[in-house]
This record gives sequence, C-alpha cells and structure tokens, in this order.
Amino acid sequence: MSTTPADIEVRRIQPLPSRSGSGEPLISIRDLKVQFGKVKAVDGVTLDILEGETLGLVGESGCGKSTLGRAILRLTEPSGGQVLYHNRDLAHLSVREMREQRRHLQIIFQDPYASLNPRMTVGQIVGEPLDTFKLARGKEAERHVQELMETVGLSKRFINRYPHEFSGGQRQRIGIARALAVDPQFIVADEPISALDVSIQAQIMNLLERLKQEKNLTYLFISHDLRAIRHVSDRVAVMYLGKLVEIAEAKTIYRDPLMPYTKALISAVPVPDPEVESKRRRIVLEGDVPSPINPPSGCRFHTRCPYAIKQCREVEPTLVEIKSNHFAACIRISPDQPDIDIVAPGDAPGLRQAGPTLA
Amino acid sequence: MSKSKGKLLEVRDLCTYFETEDGTVKAVDGISFALERGETLGIVGESGSGKSVSNLSVIRLIPTPPGEIVSGEIIFKGQDILLLTEDEVRKIRGRRIAMIFQDPMTSLNPFMKISSQLMEITQLHLGYDKSRAYNHAIKMLETVGIPDAAERVDSYPHEFSGGMRQRVMIAMALSCEPELLIADEPTTALDVTIQAQILELIKKLKQDTGTSVILITHDLGVVAGMTDHVVVMYAGKVFEQAPTRELFAAPGNPYTKGLLRSVPDPTDEQGKLYQIPGLPPDVAHLGPGCPFAPRCARVEEICRKEFPPFVQLNANHFSLCHFAGDVFDESRKESDSTIETEQ
Repeated sequence: MSTTPADIEVRRIQPLPSRSGSGEPLISIRDLKVQFGKVKAVDGVTLDILEGETLGLVGESGCGKSTLGRAILRLTEPSGGQVLYHNRDLAHLSVREMREQRRHLQIIFQDPYASLNPRMTVGQIVGEPLDTFKLARGKEAERHVQELMETVGLSKRFINRYPHEFSGGQRQRIGIARALAVDPQFIVADEPISALDVSIQAQIMNLLERLKQEKNLTYLFISHDLRAIRHVSDRVAVMYLGKLVEIAEAKTIYRDPLMPYTKALISAVPVPDPEVESKRRRIVLEGDVPSPINPPSGCRFHTRCPYAIKQCREVEPTLVEIKSNHFAACIRISPDQPDIDIVAPGDAPGLRQAGPTLA
Repeated sequence: MSKSKGKLLEVRDLCTYFETEDGTVKAVDGISFALERGETLGIVGESGSGKSVSNLSVIRLIPTPPGEIVSGEIIFKGQDILLLTEDEVRKIRGRRIAMIFQDPMTSLNPFMKISSQLMEITQLHLGYDKSRAYNHAIKMLETVGIPDAAERVDSYPHEFSGGMRQRVMIAMALSCEPELLIADEPTTALDVTIQAQILELIKKLKQDTGTSVILITHDLGVVAGMTDHVVVMYAGKVFEQAPTRELFAAPGNPYTKGLLRSVPDPTDEQGKLYQIPGLPPDVAHLGPGCPFAPRCARVEEICRKEFPPFVQLNANHFSLCHFAGDVFDESRKESDSTIETEQ
C-alpha cells in the first residue's frame, strides 16, 4: 500500500508558551479530590507545579501521591477539583480534548516489567506515540525512535528486541524514551527508580536530570525514597493520608522540616555513615498509618504525632507559609513560632496567628 | 583466616551453583565469612550478588535441584552443617538459626491464623503443649510490639499491615530464642518510618536476648546504623569485608567505593550523582578476570585477564582487587581518617 505525502496527516506542533523555565505555574492543582468508594485517596490538594522545576512528591504507602500524579493526567478520574494547564481544566476535558493534551503531558511508570507491552518490540513501543499523535511515519519515525533510544543510552541495535530481553534499568530507559517520543512539556515520573538496583538508580537519576536540561522539561517526581527526592528535586511536597502537609525547597525540607510528620520521615532515613548513625537522635513513630477509609479527625497525623495536643484532634490544619516559601500544616507552629520543639507545651500558636495560606 | 573458637558461625569457601538452561550459574562461588557471638554482620550486594543464596545455603534451604551446595564448610558452633542429615538440620533450622524474609506476605501462610503459625514452632521445636504454646505466642507478639496482642493473636496475616506482619515474622523467628537470626532484606518492602521501627526492634531484641544477627541488605544506610562488620558481595564473591566504620571511612575496593558514592547524601548539595556504569554481571557467563572489570573506573589489563587476589589490608579488612592496597591508601587520604594499619 503506498501513501503519497498528501495522505499522511501530520499534525503541526502547536506553538506553546515559553519553555524558558520561567518559574510560572505550569500546572495549577486546585482542591483536587480522588475518591475510590469510601477511600479518600486524595482529599483536597492545592498545589502549583512551576515551569522548569522538578517537584518532588514524597510520602509513604497510601498517602495518595501516585493517585495524585495519575489524576493530573486523568489516568485516574478526579472526584472533584481542578487541574489547570494552559487555561484549560484538565479535570473537565472530554476524552478527545484530553488526548490532545497528552501530547504535552507524559508519564514514566514505576514497574519496568509491567509497563511495557511484552508483545511489542522496543521500536514499536517507543514508536507508538508517534503514530498515535501522527507525528511521524515510516522511515522518519524509525529514525526518530533510534535517536530517542540513543538519547536514553540504549543502543539502536536493540530496536527489534522485546522487553524481556532487557534488564530492569534498560526497560526503564525504554519507558523514558517512550515518554519523550512526543516531545512533551511535563512528565510525571511515578516511582521511576524504586524497582532498580542502587547503582542503576544513580544512572537513571542522572539521565532524567540531563534530559530535563536538554529538553526543558518539568517533572513531578513521585517517590518514597527521600534520598533520591532530595537529590533530584527543586521543591518537595510531602503528603500524608491524602493531604499535603509540607512544601518547601528541597534543601530546606531536609535541613529544617517544620511539621512533625516530615521531621519523623526525614529522621527515619538511614544515613550511610556509621559515625552519624551512632550519634544522631532518631524520631521513631508509634503505630501504623491509619486507614484512609476512616482517617483520624482534625489533623490526620495526630494519632502518631509526638507533639499532638487536644486541639489537634479537633482542628484540621491548613498549609500556612511559616517561613519564606516554606508551607506547613500544623496548628502548633506559626510564622512567629516556627520551631515546634520550643513551643510551650499545650500551646497552638497556629490557631491564634493566621499566616498566608495556599488558597 | 582464623580459628573458629569464639565464632558462632564460620562459612568457608562456600560454593552454591544452579543448573539452568543458560548453563551453570555460580550464584555463590567460594565465599568465606565469620560471625562472632553477639555481633551483627551486614551482607551488602545488589541483585545477583549471591547475598540471599549464601544465607539460604547456611540453613540449607537451597532447592535441589536445580541448586546444589557444591562445596565448602558451614561451621555453626563447631559443627559443619553441610555434614548433617536432613533431620539434624531441621532441629537447627527455626530453633537455633532463624530467618526472616523480605516480603512478609509471601512468608506467612495466608490460610493459617497467626496463633497457629507461632504455636507450630514451639510445639515442634520445644515440645510445648497447646496451651503453653498459645500463651507463648501472645507473649512473643507483645515482645515485638503488637498492640492488643491477646485479641489479635487469632487474626490472619491479611488483617495486619506490612509492618505488623514483619513484626509477626520476627516474633516467629525469635520464638525459640535462636542464637543466630538471619534477616534477609527485612525492611525493603516497608515504608521508611516503619523501617525505622523494625530496625529499632531488631536492635533492642538483640540487646535483650544476645542473639547474633546477619543482616542482608542493599541499603548502605541500614548497614551503617545496624552492623559491626560488613561483607560486600558481587557476582557470587566476597569483594570486601571490614569492620563497618572502617569500610565506610576507608573502602579498599572500587566496587565498594562506587556503591558508597552512588547513594545520594541528604546533607550534600545537589550535583551529578556518581554512577557505576554498565550493568550487574551475568553470573552464568563470567570471563576469566575480575567480574567487576567491565564496570570498574580503574580497570587495567591485568584485571581483565587474571582473577584478583584477596588482599589483607588491615587486621579484619580484606579486599578482592589487584590494586586493593592503592585503593585503600587513597581512601584513607581522602577521608583523612585515622585508621591505623596493623601489619
């Protein structure tokens, strides 16, 4: 079957607003909710993802971080709220309209074994988006695929191989090549390194960083691995049981966590230095994460919080700007009294002083 | 190396091979290590290093076929486990040497109540009757910090969270007060705050009962906080072993150095992360030289041709490398450490 150039419908790339890493919000999430039956996986999250940044989203199992990432891309349907991107609300677009937007919004999945179709070759997997969005055909598509493979560090000799012939790290590279095929603006990386060996994790993190620079990407980097998050992120957002509890620059979150859950989380990360490990004081939390079907009243963390007082059970804290560009949801601190360790016992300065909040 | 007096466990030249379609996989190929009483030994390695297989070999849980402990000695309290009959091994396994595994869901029987699983152990090994075993089970759950143990003891595994299940596994492992606990990636599948709890628990139980521990992990942070000595494995071989502090302060092997540098340091400024290039080796098809040669930053011709020597760098510090001495000296200079060398 021959096709003349006229038969091939090639969608011209829509001109996009500047990709200069402007620091303006690229995606604005407003009061996003995702509910599965009784489980409120994401329960009112408001967050901006700035153009050109890597926003790290961290939290433990069941906090809703993966659900949030998928809801942005409508891989999971939001139950409420908005996801604003270029003046459109992604949460309310039709299937067709959303598909058009996916040209700019892509995802890298956690499981390099489950996220690739075992019956397609690398060439077919990476080339599929080019076909879906009618960006290239035939020889041109093949050339594009080869370039993408080389970009992610895979030899183009492997273009006709199947996923099972590759290691976990290589498969993850295939997933990355596939995400890049459409030249997206924004990528959700959902636990992209968790399933990989330590030495391979470093490779993939460096690769993602390089690609971000070369292609002016914006990342939402979801992970439970605090060390990796610290390394790749510009800002970090911490989630607990469906809510955002702290947002700050990456350095700051580690040096100066304000909210008790964040403090415990960072304290729990083992440090590869025996001297440090033997000397440091660790915060070890009691008990398990409560069920998201029946989250605790007031502050969801109060059942495990070493600083909890009576009002913590009653009042749900909002994210308040406690220090410059550092937001935390805790009634026991305020902009005047940011250090919970020196707040008077029983005192909740956050209830008295209202600071700037994330609307 | 040294006499086995005082050592709880001594593994000598252990070789465990698997026959596969791809050929013979030498999962563990001549490794030796020892554990003193009351110590925690860390075994570090990535996938395919042989760290799990070596410990499954210690308690003779290698599926045969296709696996086989081909040669070596495993001396536990002066007795070579490899020379025992299956019946004799069963008396040790679970009673004197206990093991906990990475994924508590697949290690616990989903069809049995926790109480039954705990009781099985003391009824079998200690001859407890039903009622004594039941009370002991509740006591063990309390010891590992399960709230409302008396009510929860009759639950099924799926009614517990991951962290709780791992605690149950620890309770099972410690039921008979074993002398050695082998923990294979006990916290990898758990959230970091739960991991911290479980590690604290293991530390405390070790202090209370005097059990010696072998901790298998890929997490260098866990190693730093929990272990006295470390064995680094790669491609079925011991690449380096040293007291923990010395390993971190002055590694004597390029693989160890590479691993240490690949871990992002939360206190460090962001920069390009050091990465060990290439992939972990295919242990079914290893070349003649050093298995790490294809990925080593300081590889030289000899590395590709000749298998490296196991060099003694210090009293308890050994490294498998043609240039172990140089690497060790460089590390000491870099960290400006005060590690003294004994000749």
